[in-house]
Amino acid sequence: MHTDWIWGLCGGLMIGLAGSVYLLWNGRIMGASGILGGLIDGQGRDTANERLAFLGGTVAIPAVLALFTPGVSTHLTGNVAVVVLAGLLVGIGTRIANGCTSGHGVCGISRLSLRGIVATVFYILSGGLVMAVLRHLLEIV
Amino acid sequence: MRRLLFAFLSGGLFGAGLFLSGMTDTTKVQGWLDVFGDWDPTLAFVMGGAIIPMAIAWRIAAGRRTSLLGSPLPGRSKAHVDAPLVVGSVIFGAGWAMAGLCPGPAIASLSYGGWRGLLFLVAMTGGMVAAPPLKAWLAAA
Repeated sequence: MHTDWIWGLCGGLMIGLAGSVYLLWNGRIMGASGILGGLIDGQGRDTANERLAFLGGTVAIPAVLALFTPGVSTHLTGNVAVVVLAGLLVGIGTRIANGCTSGHGVCGISRLSLRGIVATVFYILSGGLVMAVLRHLLEIV
Repeated sequence: MRRLLFAFLSGGLFGAGLFLSGMTDTTKVQGWLDVFGDWDPTLAFVMGGAIIPMAIAWRIAAGRRTSLLGSPLPGRSKAHVDAPLVVGSVIFGAGWAMAGLCPGPAIASLSYGGWRGLLFLVAMTGGMVAAPPLKAWLAAA
């Protein structure tokens, strides 16, 4: 458990490298919700192939890594209502805010974008508050 | 073709980074948001690790006229901090805390996330379909 931060740092560097490749080669900002959302609402129709290639890599490489990792799991809650409601909120919220942890968090903060910083502050505050209520008051997650 | 190759490479690095950092494990994400419980600092290392290479990439991009594949580089967003940014981020943060998944890890864990992971993705996609009219209403309000 005490090595978790090293894996976090190494994985984080790879995520930053991924964003760097997408910016410097493709000229685009790496935001997971934007890349997927643009395919879904049609705003990204002109760049659909590039989006699909990115998402293909995002799914395929962890799939390969998972083959060599016994017992890998997301430990997602078994409460189906929570899964569905959470998914809906994440989908709606990221598209209204025009970004999530990768776009606003990683790509926004690293260029000192005010929008990226404000979004990150609000989703972390909201997440921390909801976590406190759901886990310590209602005890459902 | 090269655009697709680099998009796949970037997506693959993104997925690998999310996998290795532990960010597709919902207990680590929820542990980070749970400041009143057994707090898990891993996510801060992931964010910090990702921001370092990304900040360097933005510096390199600032000195270039186009990307390495010849496409325009993203300029500063013209949008300011507005209601959709804040409200969307608050909604996203709530869903993020409930399930411990944001869009990137939800996509990256598709191969080993089971049917509940898929259900989250479907709900998230549904939220993304519903978001544009909600955003228009919010912008007009």
